[in-house]
Amino acid sequence: MVYTEEYLKEKLTKELEAVHVEVVDESDGCGGKFVALIVSDKFQGKPLLARHRLVNSVLQEELKTIHAFTQKTLTVDQWKAQN
Amino acid sequence: MNSIIRRSFYPIYNNTYKLTCRLLADAKINEKIDKIVKDNKVVVFMKGVPDAPRCGFSNAVVQIMRMHAVPYESHDVLADENLRQGIKDYSNWPTIPQVFINGEFVGGCDIMLQMHQSGELVEELKKVGIKSALLTADEAKKEENK
Repeated sequence: MVYTEEYLKEKLTKELEAVHVEVVDESDGCGGKFVALIVSDKFQGKPLLARHRLVNSVLQEELKTIHAFTQKTLTVDQWKAQN
Repeated sequence: MNSIIRRSFYPIYNNTYKLTCRLLADAKINEKIDKIVKDNKVVVFMKGVPDAPRCGFSNAVVQIMRMHAVPYESHDVLADENLRQGIKDYSNWPTIPQVFINGEFVGGCDIMLQMHQSGELVEELKKVGIKSALLTADEAKKEENK
């Protein structure tokens, strides 16, 4: 199945109660490739690996066919600090 | 009579056989990976080899390792389909590259990049007795400035 940016964005926003989500489709000849920025307080208190594993579990089905997935996971405070 | 056996018994036997073979193969690759990550301080499972990465993300990890002058064991998942799937099952992580430090899964390219930028990588390497080249360079600079 081919996934769209909107589909992934919606799923991530819903499942992670995210405040801000950006998904960019960079799919190329290699296969489905997505870059995502996810801002959610569900990441609070979690080390990097745990955050990424959380996202991975939300997208478990999708990741079976997506070739590459780059993610940046920030809490609301971290995101505000960046901006 | 023969056809009854053929149609009911044989498929069950065949499937059980296939499943068992699969389980054994899975167990074997699992053990093999376990040994690799426990025998080496730093292990990178990647696409291609350090001198010729076959993927941008794998390349990124190779470059980060190079910057820190980290000695590591590298395994090409493209050369072994069993390894390619096996490592994903072992670490319960869907993508390649995968970095292990001291037998523990640390992360993929994103995490390595973020750890490199935050200075966390230097710390993690220190914990396993590896001194990052960046740390050495940093100290040399501070010496010069004194």
